[in-house]
Amino acid sequence: MLSLIGIVIVVIGFVLRINPLLVVMIAGIATGIASGLGPLEVVAAFGKAFITSRYVAIVWLVLPVIGLLEHAGLKERARAVVAGLHAATPSRILLAYFAIRQITAALGLTSLGGHPQMVRPLIAPMAEGAAENQYGELSQSVRYKIRAHAAATDNIALFFGEDIFIAIGSILLIKGFLDQNRVHVEPTQLAIWAIPTAICAFIIHCTRLLLLDRKLRSEVASKIENA
Amino acid sequence: MMAGVAIVNWRDRSNARRFNNTAFWGVYAITFLAGSHLPDLANGFLVIAMVLVASIRGLGQEMKESAAREEREASAQRWGNKLFVPALAIPLVTVAGTILFKRITIYGTPVVDLKQVTVISLAIATLLALGLGMIMLRPPLLAPIKEARRLLDAVGWAAVLPQMLAALGALFAIAGVGNVVSGLAQRWIPLNNPFAVVTTYALGMAVFTMVMGNAFAAFPVMTAGIGLPLIVHKFGGDPTVMAAIGMLAGFCGTLMTPMAANFNIVPTALLELPDEYAVIKVQIPTALMLLGANILLMNFLVFRH
Repeated sequence: MLSLIGIVIVVIGFVLRINPLLVVMIAGIATGIASGLGPLEVVAAFGKAFITSRYVAIVWLVLPVIGLLEHAGLKERARAVVAGLHAATPSRILLAYFAIRQITAALGLTSLGGHPQMVRPLIAPMAEGAAENQYGELSQSVRYKIRAHAAATDNIALFFGEDIFIAIGSILLIKGFLDQNRVHVEPTQLAIWAIPTAICAFIIHCTRLLLLDRKLRSEVASKIENA
Repeated sequence: MMAGVAIVNWRDRSNARRFNNTAFWGVYAITFLAGSHLPDLANGFLVIAMVLVASIRGLGQEMKESAAREEREASAQRWGNKLFVPALAIPLVTVAGTILFKRITIYGTPVVDLKQVTVISLAIATLLALGLGMIMLRPPLLAPIKEARRLLDAVGWAAVLPQMLAALGALFAIAGVGNVVSGLAQRWIPLNNPFAVVTTYALGMAVFTMVMGNAFAAFPVMTAGIGLPLIVHKFGGDPTVMAAIGMLAGFCGTLMTPMAANFNIVPTALLELPDEYAVIKVQIPTALMLLGANILLMNFLVFRH
């Protein structure tokens, strides 16, 4: 029971919005000590785990290129392209991205997207550009809302698309774990049973995206009335 | 490959002007450059040093654009759609790499470790795009590094959070946190009715994923604790349906937790949103509706024969 202290610390820390790095480190040390490791052993275990998960930092490698292209006007160009399309609205752009992202993820092309590579330099500026086209000058809060939706669209499309591909990590994990417990399942069957949820995800999130235009419009209108 | 990453990081990070930024990114660079050679204990202390630097005085996060808006618009006009070429090259080359590397083998062994294929492809794609961008735009040699520093300073400590959480997950595993939680779940929940069991399993996947930040950590615990003994063995449910939909119920949890930092917190930093929970707030309605849908789907499908 004592080993649950880490979870308690994390929940409290996130609710109080203390610096997450500090919260996570304290939670880790507390968990280690509660489970009977010595202080130095805990520090060593933490150091080892930190080093072995270095590969998650690989996405930062794209920053120099993205920064360079942004300096040369990439975001402005993305907005300009959208400005030329009169039919473009934030909803429609995010819908199109959702569909492409979910379908490509289902085909195993999960790296065809992502926040630093696609959302920041391309998708978010396009959605913002479309909103400027439709509603004129935008307030900061409307911009923030559009950007948050762009990031959410990437996540949701990825999560509920990738499981349809048979060689993805989660399916391999399921297969491996069930095999260990002498329950045998076929990866293709696992992938097929991910399809109903994928369809639900598409319907639910696309409905929300369709409603986004209306919400943004009323928000922009109420701002103008107040001003 | 990691050395390449490290050099880029190191050069960029040591450029940070403020003392705190320099110390933070400098120490981070050391974990890349020398991390594999240092003893675990030394690495542990390096991590603690980083956390202290970041949390005691904070990192400088001045947001300044490297070029004026008019300048960037003029440049956007000049380059037109060519600007998209290096940007789109990153995902396209990564995908091509993941497909190709799996095919190329020397004497039957793949040239690239299959687990690392995506990571390596992304690294190659990035370097290619950088080369392309440099040739096309001909900026000063240090420009990409300065630009990376601008973006990294904007992201700040959130850049390291996913790695910290992975380390916390490893400590949870050492301490056996998962078994304690599934023990609790089994003791408290009335488990005579198939609907209640299926609902508990799906909700448990989501909640436990929120706690651990990762559905992969929740799946073995919930499935060994509730899924296999009750849904499959006691009520005769289909393990394939249970596992497939159970994992996706866990993904609904991923959408709602700050513990999944690389999906939920890092983007707010990248998109310069003042509220670090902004992305989670947008995702919660979809996640809850979809979790409900998953519970119903599993109830219909798992006992269908």
